[in-house]
This record gives sequence, structure tokens and C-alpha cells, in this order.
Amino acid sequence: MLANLTAYVITSAARLITGARALWLGCTPEPVQRLYFANHSSHGDFVLLWASLPQALRSRARPVAGADYWTKPGIRDFLIRQVFNGVLINRQRDEGGGNPLQPVLDAVAQGDSLIFFPEGTRNLGDEPLMPFRSGLYHLAAAHPQVELVPVWIANLNRVMPKGRALPLPLLCTLSFGEPMHLQADETKQAFLDRASQALLNLAPKDA
Amino acid sequence: MHDNTLSLFAGIGALLLLASVIGRLLKWRAGPGPHAVIDNLNARINAWWVMVLVIGIAFLFGKYGVIVLFYGVSFYALREFMTLTPTRRSDYPALVAAFYVALPVQYVLIAMDWYGMFSIFIPVYLFLLLPILASFGGDTTRFLERASKVQWGLMIAVYCVSSVPALMTLDIPGYEGRNLLLIAWLILVVQISDVLQYVCGKLFGKHKVAPNLSPSKTVEGLAGGVALATLIGALLCWITPFNFWQAALMALAVNAMGFFGGLVMSAIKRDRGVKDWGHMIEGHGGMLDRMDSVCFAAPVFFHFVRYWWA
Repeated sequence: MLANLTAYVITSAARLITGARALWLGCTPEPVQRLYFANHSSHGDFVLLWASLPQALRSRARPVAGADYWTKPGIRDFLIRQVFNGVLINRQRDEGGGNPLQPVLDAVAQGDSLIFFPEGTRNLGDEPLMPFRSGLYHLAAAHPQVELVPVWIANLNRVMPKGRALPLPLLCTLSFGEPMHLQADETKQAFLDRASQALLNLAPKDA
Repeated sequence: MHDNTLSLFAGIGALLLLASVIGRLLKWRAGPGPHAVIDNLNARINAWWVMVLVIGIAFLFGKYGVIVLFYGVSFYALREFMTLTPTRRSDYPALVAAFYVALPVQYVLIAMDWYGMFSIFIPVYLFLLLPILASFGGDTTRFLERASKVQWGLMIAVYCVSSVPALMTLDIPGYEGRNLLLIAWLILVVQISDVLQYVCGKLFGKHKVAPNLSPSKTVEGLAGGVALATLIGALLCWITPFNFWQAALMALAVNAMGFFGGLVMSAIKRDRGVKDWGHMIEGHGGMLDRMDSVCFAAPVFFHFVRYWWA
């Protein structure tokens, strides 16, 4: 109850502040299992992507988030577990040597859709996109049936720049591209380059 | 509400009804299936109903209703402008000042009737404050360009738009209590000029007037639209403090400013590679697409009225 109410308030606020306009360019919002992968420049990224999905898809789309940031007890823990139903991963490889992607693989095996940021961490530099880490490749290889949908989130880094508390009410656009899959005998690097390029192609051309 | 206001809104309602009927007839004659121009025309007419309704509700609340309405218009216009003009991370404090200080303060100053401050607050104080805030970021890349963009956005979206509700602050001898009608007259004349330029252009347009800036504007549309809108403005002199010829000259002035405003705002859009400022008004584009002519006409109109009548 409290979680649903919080979700409603958060998605409404995100849409009100940013006008979040979803452009379904390469696919339509269908209830199939998907991995939405997007550029990451702000803590608000997954909230906005999540908010811009239709209600029916949203309940099955789980954001993949860094455990180091989100498992502080209190509001963060409540938000990520109860509200967003997130999948938490350890971004630093632990000494135990376990596969850090395991919780994500489990979620996909259950049939959940995911919101995933293949850059691994927020991009705070001037380049539009940082090199992808290998997580996206391993997920694509383990579950080839899942549609990989690139989503470019435009302008959110201007709405909430790093270290600033007050959001600016600028308009954000989310461009959903064409679903892609890992091709037979495609190398890891070739696949990551192709995915990265597919995402960059959705970015608005800037003067 | 003044009797004249009611008859004015009744007239606008009748006009829109006529437009809706014509739009439906055109659609019916064109047959089933999509028809870009007619569908856009009908979307525009429908949006006009909503816009007239919103303005009508604001008028019911008088001065403060109009101030709140244009506060909203300014907010949406500023947001569209800043979204489309790239700024850098160190412009954040200047943008916060624009959205959360300049915008509300300007409208509070108008509500307070403080002409000496609202007429210079953005052009003087913010003009100096914004680059100071931007300089704290220590980022010199395209500094002048960035500072200019924020200032320009504020001038167009806040300062110029706020000239419309500022008409409420004028004391015009013999016109007491009727300033709302002056606002209605200005918006009606400028917007009907846009509409008539569009209609005349679609019907008779041949020669492009500024092909690089705005490919849809034609000499025929411009001449026909401005002439007809000026005539309408003059015929509506009974709701203004002007006589027939004064109203005609004022209408000509605001229509000319409105036309050039459309050209300037179009040049910015072309440079940024977009067709519309936004998407909030179905068929019209964004708030700035609908307000571009008002932005340029309103400040000139305000100062003309203030100089000669108030």
C-alpha cells in the first residue's frame, strides 16, 4: 500500500518535472520480456525510464542498481526493495569470487524485464557514452530470447546534475530503439560496440 | 465580468463554432483516411477551444487570474527555450535563478503594481546577476554564448510574456476597471493575425517571404493576414480606449511585431534543427510556437499604451 502510493508519487513527480516524453521509435510497448539498456548520467535515470513505461510493463520491469549505494538502511532500502523492486548487484567483485551478475541472471530466468545501465556507473564526463562493461554481453549470451532494447535518456543530466539537490524543470525525452540480440559467433567486443552504437544512434544530434 | 467581455467571448465562441463546422465539412469532403493538412487544422481548432476556455476561466478571476495564467505561460515557454538551448554543468546556478527566482519575482512585482522594478528587474539586475553566477563555475568554454542564452530565454519567455498581465497595472483615464479587455484585444488581434496569415497563405500563398527562416510564410499570407487582422482590431475599438484609427494603427503595430517575432523564433528553431519548440498544444507544437508573436508584440504594445494613454 505504502509502496504503491510512493511509486505513484514518484512517477507522477518525475513526469511532472521532466515532461518525460517516451518516443517508441524502434518498437512498441508490448508486454514481452525485455532488457532496456540506457545511458546513465543521473540517479534519476532509472526512475524516469521506469516512470515512462506503461503501468502494465512497469510492474515487471526491475531496475538493476548498485548495492553499495542502495542498501543503506532507511529510505533507500525501502525504495529499492519495496517500491522499485530492484535487482541489487555488487559492482566491486567480492573476495568470495561469486558471479556479481548472478542476481540479475536469476531475475531474467524468472521472466522479469530489466532496466540496465551497461556503462556500470554514472557518466559525468563530456563524452556522450562511456565504454560498456561486459555485463550486457553475459546477459545476452545467457538469455538469447530476451529482447535488448536501447533507450536514450536525453537531458536528464541537465535536470539533475551531480551533487545538486534541486531539479531544474527541463524537458526530457526517452527514445526507445529497435530490439537487438546477440548474433551467432559475434565476439564480446563486437557485440558491445554494436550495442553502444545502437544506443548512440538514438541520441539527439547536438550543435 | 464586464458586459463587453461577455459579448467578446460569445463572439469568439461563435467564430470557433464556425471554424469547427468548416473543419468537419472539409474532413467529410476529403473522405476517410488521414489528410495531413485538414487533420492538423482540426487539431488546431480543437486546441483553440481549450485555450479560449483556459483564458476565459483566468478572466473570471480578474487580475490575479491573468497573472497566474501568464506565470504558467512563462514557465512552459522558459522550459521549452532552456531545453532546446544547450548549457553546461556550471550554468546550473544561473538556471536555478532563472526558474526559481526571476520567474516568480517578476510576476510578484507585477501583482504589486511596482512598475519601476518589474520593468528593469530582468533587463538590469538579472542581466548582471546571471553571468556572475555562471562565473562561479570556473568554466570559460563558450562563456559569453551561454550567458547570452540564459538571458535571452528569460527576456523572451518571462519579461516579454509578462508584459501582457502588466497591462493590468496601467491607469488609463476613462477606462477604469476594463484593462482585462485590453489584454483580450491584444491576444485576439495577434492570434487572429497568425490564424489569418496561415489561412491566407494556404489559400493564396505563392511567394515565400523568408524561405530560409520559415518556409511556410508567404507574401500573400502576410499581406492578407495582417490587413484582415488590422481591420478586425480597428472594428473592435469599442472594447479599447482607442478610437477607430488609433486601434487600426495599434493593430498594425502589434501584427508587424508579431510577424517578425515569428520569424526570429523560427530562425532559432532552424538553427537548433527542430520544427517545433515543444509538443504540449496538439496541432500547434509547443507553448513558444503559439506565443512567439505575442512575445514580440506585447512589450511594444504595453509601452505604447503606457506612453500615450496612461
